[in-house]
Amino acid sequence: MIVMLREQWDLLLEKPWLVPVLLVIGFGLAFVIPEYNLLSVYVQLILMYVGINIILAVSLNLVNGFMGEFSLAHAGFMAVGAYTSVLLTMKVLPMSDFPLLFPCAVFAGGLVAAFLGMIVAIPSFKVRGDYLAIITLAFLMIVKSMIENIDFIGGPRGISGIMKFTTLPWVFFWTVALVWMIRNFIYSKYGRGVLSIREDEIASDLMSVNTKQVKLFAFMLSSFCAGIAGALFAHLLQFISPRIFDITKSTDILIMVYLGGIASIGGSILGATLFTVLLELLRPSTMAALLSWLPSLIFDPLNEHFISHLGVWRMVIMPLALILVMLYCPRGMMGLREFRGFIPRRDREAHHYINPQEKDPHGAIDRH
Amino acid sequence: MALLTATKVGHHFDGLCAVADFNLELHYGDLMGVIGPNGAGKTTVFNLITGVYRATEGSICFKGTELVGKKPNQIAALHIGRTFQNIRLFRDLSVLDNVRIAHHAQINYTPLEGLLHLGRYRREEQRVIDNSRLLLAIFKLEHLAGETAKNLPYGLQRRLEIARALAISPELLLLDEPAAGMNPNEIDQLMDLIQWIRQEFKLTILLIEHQMKLVMGICERIKVLDFGVTLAEGPPKMIQNHPKVLEAYLGEIPDV
Amino acid sequence: MSQGVVYWLQQTLNALQLGSIYALIALGYTMVYGILIMINFAHGDVFMIGAFFCFLLSGMLGLTFVPTLLLTMLGTALLGVVIERLAYKPLRQAPRVSAIITALGVGLFLENFTLALSPYPKHIPMLLENVTWNLHGISLSSIQVVIISLSLGLMLLLDYIVHRTRIGMAMRAISWDKTFVPLMGIPVDLIISVTFAIGAGLAGAAGTMYALAYPVIDPYMGIMVGWKAFICAVVGGIGNIRGAMVGAFILGGVEIMVVAFFPSTYRDFVAFTLLILLIIIRPYGILGKPRIQKV
Repeated sequence: MIVMLREQWDLLLEKPWLVPVLLVIGFGLAFVIPEYNLLSVYVQLILMYVGINIILAVSLNLVNGFMGEFSLAHAGFMAVGAYTSVLLTMKVLPMSDFPLLFPCAVFAGGLVAAFLGMIVAIPSFKVRGDYLAIITLAFLMIVKSMIENIDFIGGPRGISGIMKFTTLPWVFFWTVALVWMIRNFIYSKYGRGVLSIREDEIASDLMSVNTKQVKLFAFMLSSFCAGIAGALFAHLLQFISPRIFDITKSTDILIMVYLGGIASIGGSILGATLFTVLLELLRPSTMAALLSWLPSLIFDPLNEHFISHLGVWRMVIMPLALILVMLYCPRGMMGLREFRGFIPRRDREAHHYINPQEKDPHGAIDRH
Repeated sequence: MALLTATKVGHHFDGLCAVADFNLELHYGDLMGVIGPNGAGKTTVFNLITGVYRATEGSICFKGTELVGKKPNQIAALHIGRTFQNIRLFRDLSVLDNVRIAHHAQINYTPLEGLLHLGRYRREEQRVIDNSRLLLAIFKLEHLAGETAKNLPYGLQRRLEIARALAISPELLLLDEPAAGMNPNEIDQLMDLIQWIRQEFKLTILLIEHQMKLVMGICERIKVLDFGVTLAEGPPKMIQNHPKVLEAYLGEIPDV
Repeated sequence: MSQGVVYWLQQTLNALQLGSIYALIALGYTMVYGILIMINFAHGDVFMIGAFFCFLLSGMLGLTFVPTLLLTMLGTALLGVVIERLAYKPLRQAPRVSAIITALGVGLFLENFTLALSPYPKHIPMLLENVTWNLHGISLSSIQVVIISLSLGLMLLLDYIVHRTRIGMAMRAISWDKTFVPLMGIPVDLIISVTFAIGAGLAGAAGTMYALAYPVIDPYMGIMVGWKAFICAVVGGIGNIRGAMVGAFILGGVEIMVVAFFPSTYRDFVAFTLLILLIIIRPYGILGKPRIQKV
């Protein structure tokens, strides 16, 4: 019985109409939920942050996980995308006349971030490992410093009063689109090139992989996505300042990636979701709301001694949990593994050995 | 025209001379061996040809194109393949992927097509998969296509490395100590394999080896290096009895 | 003496003071990297804990300067060893990034734990009486003298330990090849713990110096200082002890000079740009050597 169910399940997963249908359902939900307030505004907010963090984690994983580098610059690309898009929506584009120009502003944010990604890629041609980490760190600091010194874009005070253009449908759209593109990239010749650079850059070169070009594309795609995430973020939080995009932000994204699993798209989605949701769950207000159904006898002492103190202590619990995960799964929860659904069918079939009769028992080479 | 011509090639590392006055002429279909004591500069020669190092002197000409100054991936794209002394497979990747990656320069689609999986993507990817599986089948590795490379036993890893090198569609194949770590039985099979692929793939082969059985057995010509300098070059019979070669391997014969 | 020279000498003093603090922290990064090829991202926060120990010992228990300094160094050294044993040792065989992320986690834990216990910035009472002397127009404070001389003293001591004692030799041996060193009878685990202890102890000293010079401390003070000290270590050539000192004084000098000539908000911008340039010119650091890969 169970076997039959599993077979049906596997067959279902193989149906070509599965993904389009899921997408339509997802989109439908994304429109309907805010329209009819099917979920509280707070939960919708969390969903949107989850989407943005998924974009950030998956794109960072491309450089840090799949390519095996250690980039600390991601928050910098996010900042560039945020500021670019905000400048466009607040100063340049006639948003009140054409609110549908929002995706253009977001896209522009991504483009500018991609351009900067190109610049960061250049040192990566000569330098690897910890030295590249420093360069990306310095890049982040420079971006932050530059923003602080340009009064026109608010300087250290930042920009407030940003219009809330980011909606659940938009987040859904961009998350799906960007994750899809990154997944496509990985299962293309460029993605395989990225993997080979991680494994052995010199051998990769000697096997005809144009490592310079591949690194360039990977950095640009990664930073493009971070820029888009930054743009969406800015128009959700409605306030941006240099302090938001500092090393702590980069560190947060790093944690999402390594927690979820390096070199795994599914892992990054998992890591981003867990990180965002758990951090929210552990807030006193959320925890209290979630447990409010408990009878007063249990709830009150719980609240007094435990929940109300969560505020500060949740940030102590989180790193402890991270350390534990690292000690037991050093590559992250889904390190180097992938959900079957993300792998293109052609790849899955190519790897799957089909004919058992041809198995060579001797391991020797026959004469032809 | 010769396939590969190396003229007065030399290479220094910070004042230390690794290779000096190296000359080589390979014709289509040649099977040549390079031997010499450890540290003689043999792998350095391979690295110079494939672009890992840039020769400080001399020129290396392949089918009319100058190789010195080109990047390794450009040289590989010119259809020169190689294997390594210490196996350098992509260890955490699958057997199939190891072979697929070597097709990189021969796959034709733009990054945009790759991002969207449109246009030439499908056709090219299918071509690569078919070709890779074919190569794996030839080397009796097809049933291991999904296996992670590092899990393969040593002998199969060596085979995979050769399969991967052939994915470049090479005209010139450089084999660096392909028989390292093999027992006599395996060496026999390797000798058959090398001669078979030379014929089947119309290859010119240059190989470095310490196993004299293999070198003397299949090579048509042998070049002997020591301390970066060519000691002798010629057919196996001549090399076997060459005084300088014997001296290099066995030490100076004292006057009695 | 002319005004210009006085100004330069004054700034040099300031640079030496700042550089000394960076150096003490950078040394911890470089020593750990040298033996484990690991970036201990929790190190900046150990520095912060050192400053807080200072507050506890001096501000709350009322100890004087020397006992405070010694106990702080002891405390941080112990902390360093505990962190190493609990969080890093189990990951020695794991991929490098896991240890790095764990280090980040440890750092976050230290920051937020301290924040939970002490939500508001703390003010440390004067550890030493500050006497200012005026030499030909250059203003020299006793605190500056103490910081610079103590730091230099500690650095000389470290240099001596690393290059002239057996323990130091063992440390250098491990940094070259970890696999075979145990075969020569060297207790690798012990040496690694000693390395962490020394590095953390120096960070504790740096925390004390910092508290001397800038008596307000908060749990997030270790972040920027830590990252900057890490950059010093890399610029000097990571793994190289003398390099860390060189890098630290360069950064200290650059920061002071930038503030002297540009608006202070440009400080980080110019400093980091110069550092990137330095790394591009000398990719392995000023005194660093690339690890040669044989093909």
